Amino acid sequence: MVYKKRIDGRALDELRPIEAKAGVIKNADGSAYFKIGKTVSYAAVYGPRELHPKFLQNPKTGLLRCYYNMMPFSGVGDRVRPGGSRRSKEISMVIQKALEPVLELQDYPNAVVDVFIELSQTDAGSRCAAICAAAIALADAGIPMRDMVSAIAVGKVDDKIVADLNYDEEAYEDGPVADIPVAVLHNTKEITLLQMDGEISKDELLRALEVAKHATEKIATIQFAALKEKYAVQR
Amino acid sequence: MSLLVKQKDIVVPGEVLADSIDYLPGAHTYRLNNAIIAKRVGLVDIEGRAVKLIPVSGRYLPKVGDKIIVKIVDITMSGWMTNINSAYSAMLNSKDIMRFVRKGEDLTRYYDVGDYLCVKIFNVTSQNLVDITMKEPGLNKLNGGRVIYINPQKVPRVIGKMGSMIMMIKDKTKCLINVGQNGVVWIKGPAPEAEFAAVSAIKKVEDEAHLEGLTERMTAFLDKECAHLHGLKIEQPQEEEQQPQSFQHYQQGREE
Amino acid sequence: MHKELRKYIVSLLDKGKRSDGRALDQYRQPVSVTYGVSETAEGSAQVQIGDTIVMAGVKLSIEKPFPDTPEQGGIAVNVELYPLSSPDFEPGPPGIYAVELARVVDRGIRESKAIDMKKLCIEKGEKAWTVGIDIVTINDAGNLFDACSLAAMAALKNTVFPKYEDGELNYKEKTKKKLQLYKEPTSVTIYKIGKSYIVDPNMDESHVYDARLTVASTADGMLSALQKGGEMPLTSHDINVMIDLAIQKANFLREKL
Repeated sequence: MVYKKRIDGRALDELRPIEAKAGVIKNADGSAYFKIGKTVSYAAVYGPRELHPKFLQNPKTGLLRCYYNMMPFSGVGDRVRPGGSRRSKEISMVIQKALEPVLELQDYPNAVVDVFIELSQTDAGSRCAAICAAAIALADAGIPMRDMVSAIAVGKVDDKIVADLNYDEEAYEDGPVADIPVAVLHNTKEITLLQMDGEISKDELLRALEVAKHATEKIATIQFAALKEKYAVQR
Repeated sequence: MSLLVKQKDIVVPGEVLADSIDYLPGAHTYRLNNAIIAKRVGLVDIEGRAVKLIPVSGRYLPKVGDKIIVKIVDITMSGWMTNINSAYSAMLNSKDIMRFVRKGEDLTRYYDVGDYLCVKIFNVTSQNLVDITMKEPGLNKLNGGRVIYINPQKVPRVIGKMGSMIMMIKDKTKCLINVGQNGVVWIKGPAPEAEFAAVSAIKKVEDEAHLEGLTERMTAFLDKECAHLHGLKIEQPQEEEQQPQSFQHYQQGREE
Repeated sequence: MHKELRKYIVSLLDKGKRSDGRALDQYRQPVSVTYGVSETAEGSAQVQIGDTIVMAGVKLSIEKPFPDTPEQGGIAVNVELYPLSSPDFEPGPPGIYAVELARVVDRGIRESKAIDMKKLCIEKGEKAWTVGIDIVTINDAGNLFDACSLAAMAALKNTVFPKYEDGELNYKEKTKKKLQLYKEPTSVTIYKIGKSYIVDPNMDESHVYDARLTVASTADGMLSALQKGGEMPLTSHDINVMIDLAIQKANFLREKL
């Protein structure tokens, strides 16, 4: 079988519509809203702030902590029980690892930068939307960042390499599927998140990574615009 | 022309500011190969060949010499622990206040938990442990009034060139205002309407700090908001903290 | 802790003023309700009161009825105080504040009979709909009692049943059948500071109040929930005045639905 047209009619490398805004949560030091297709993510940054408990403190540098969580009504099917799961713990960790390489926290010894991410509705690509929102929020909070981090889920559906899989494509049953979330740094094109779920050959994977690099360029432009828009508005 | 931005442009982390080794990376930027790249969201400030940024956000980091407003959160054997609106707290030792404190005296007689003080930072260690002092003119306990928090990066704008902006706000609203470098602002006015006007004015400067023509807009805003404050008398500064009764006592305190 | 601040606020209130220029019975601006903010929920809404923003979502599921009420469905209300919304919240299970909020919102809805539990029954003793209401905070600037209960009500108004055919529940397809609401219980919390009664406290006021009374009422003036909080006691006179004020302001909030 051959995947002729994408389920929602998009071109193979076409992303779903994206909306991004910075500074949406007043209490936070930095915050963002990031929507891609039907996946919506909020991120708030608090920090640098005092880190408790004390034994976690690092006297040489500040630390980053990320928390990814789905709101109970954000799942495609049943209610998502609050309190996190093994999945959300793992996702929190890979998000943290995706952001750490660009942050400069040496000026904040013993302190912590907390990033909280909540999804209000999901349709695949949630960890990538979370990273995009978190990156905007960190910049908004004034945490020194050497580069912008952008993430997208690329993959293979049947015989086609595609960008930005939605839930139906992830769940495609008429052929092999590979779901590959990738985070890319804007200037160096280095990769800070890479996971793969499914089956794919090495060559196809390398092609998918090239698609990811192009896709994340478009996302970075939108992230930049969201930050600049906050300061361009005349009140 | 390999400078890709101009003075006062808003740039974001990861944005390329210049594309040649002719330019030097200033504050909040860094060099990657030939390019100079921004590390913060900020306004471009070009000085000769140096490209630096004025950040628009970021929590307060303590600096020696900063005059700040702190809140007492705890009392220890040797002094007062204070919250300075940062990831770090500051210690005010009992020997660093204008009054003479005898050994073992109850420190709450001087300052108590919940009090706001105007202090100066005289030491910051490599681990960002902070020592503060009140042994300078102009540093005292802030009685009454109210405290608001603003973005510490906007403090220079709120104060203005040679203090011009804050003087204008004080004059028009008839309030006493003390702006700490750490983004804590104390306001005391002759009436709540006056304080409300002062708070609104300061928040407006905070919101529009990065935009052109702010001074004109603030003058117009203040004229309008303070029109109904005419009948009020300007708030008078409180008395400076009592100097020690005798020089001898003061000397004894220092030797102990 | 807040001696000076309380003196200041009381002196203002005695003159009929508040530190942010509002009248004592005035809500912050804006007070707004936005429907349908989560497409994955069966019903959802976002409520804003001043800078406080909360979101509520309804998920309908099919459960076995309780043995003592075999013909009735159920409601469950949960409140999550997200650390995203305030530097004061920590990750972890709901603390007592979140539990109190959830239970007060729950009682307001349940006791007013806004939902007919019998109509939720699908098969007596075997299957009935459970209405799960989850309220989450996005930005906490105070007055969560009022914001959370308004959001819950709005989310219920926005709720439609998912497709349920031949014993199969399909969340991805929504029907046109709305969840029927018979009443619109609306909570208003009145705060007593000194001798004054205020509505929708700002952050300063929320640190110095003596007592609070949350009153859920429906349009006909009947009360469906009460919750007293705060460290100081209330007199019967206080309660009388506070209930009247709450019923009056409930009409204001109900109009936003």
